[in-house]
Amino acid sequence: MMANIFDIAGSGMAAQNLRLNLIASNLANANSTSSESGEAYRAKQPLFSAVLENTRGVTEPRVPGDSGGRNTAAAGVRVAGVVADQRPLPLRYDPGHPHANEAGYVEMSNVNMVTEMANMMAASRSYQSNVEIMNSSRQLMLRTLQIGR
Amino acid sequence: MSSGASFLGLPAQALLVYERRNQLLANNIANSDTPGFKARDIDFRTALKTVSTGTVALQPRSSVADGNQRHMSTPSVRSQNFPLLYRVPLQNSLDGNTVENDIEQAAYAENSVRYQAAVRFTDGRAKSLLTAIRGE
Repeated sequence: MMANIFDIAGSGMAAQNLRLNLIASNLANANSTSSESGEAYRAKQPLFSAVLENTRGVTEPRVPGDSGGRNTAAAGVRVAGVVADQRPLPLRYDPGHPHANEAGYVEMSNVNMVTEMANMMAASRSYQSNVEIMNSSRQLMLRTLQIGR
Repeated sequence: MSSGASFLGLPAQALLVYERRNQLLANNIANSDTPGFKARDIDFRTALKTVSTGTVALQPRSSVADGNQRHMSTPSVRSQNFPLLYRVPLQNSLDGNTVENDIEQAAYAENSVRYQAAVRFTDGRAKSLLTAIRGE
């Protein structure tokens, strides 16, 4: 069967929720000078990708570069992966720091506070839109159930 | 098409189109942050014509197993019967996404109101059918 509105809005909410989680993690680690990878914390961003509905009505992940056939619509969104920001880690001179190198520099995380805050607002707005869609579809369905009563 | 559906008339068929359109708009909004995603929509007039002429819109058989010949098949609308169009954005974005949230939400609100109107009309027809059955 084709995906219904609840699945679609639900997938959008799940994706935005994961994005908010990553933003929270980025903000919490804005000053982390070490992580399990050995270097300072790198900002993490989600990769969104549309899920396509194929001709049999079965949903499948979107192939990159495939915009969908004439009549194939996407059926929601999914998080294809989480990527770490590859921008160089800024160095700060702090010889007394336990993570300082021989020259006295400490690698700081490359989290940009302003970007993260703007991202957070965008994510919560998108989340709200999806909630709104879900609520109004619910009301429409309830009205439809009342036909003939 | 079954006689019940034809009695309920055009509003009942329009409901199918409105529902599909709501689905597409919800999908556009869910993908408003997906890079390269192209917003889709349907042309209501064409879609309704497809449903009301009954040429391809209704599937002859459902996925329900009908082992006996006397089993009735339940019609259901397949998504690919409505020709989908691409929305032309007012302003292009760098990541190739053509979803404009405000426009999608406005379209969704308008479509929901029209859906409710169609529900109202269908409701009226269903009620008069019930009155006729009861003979009150």
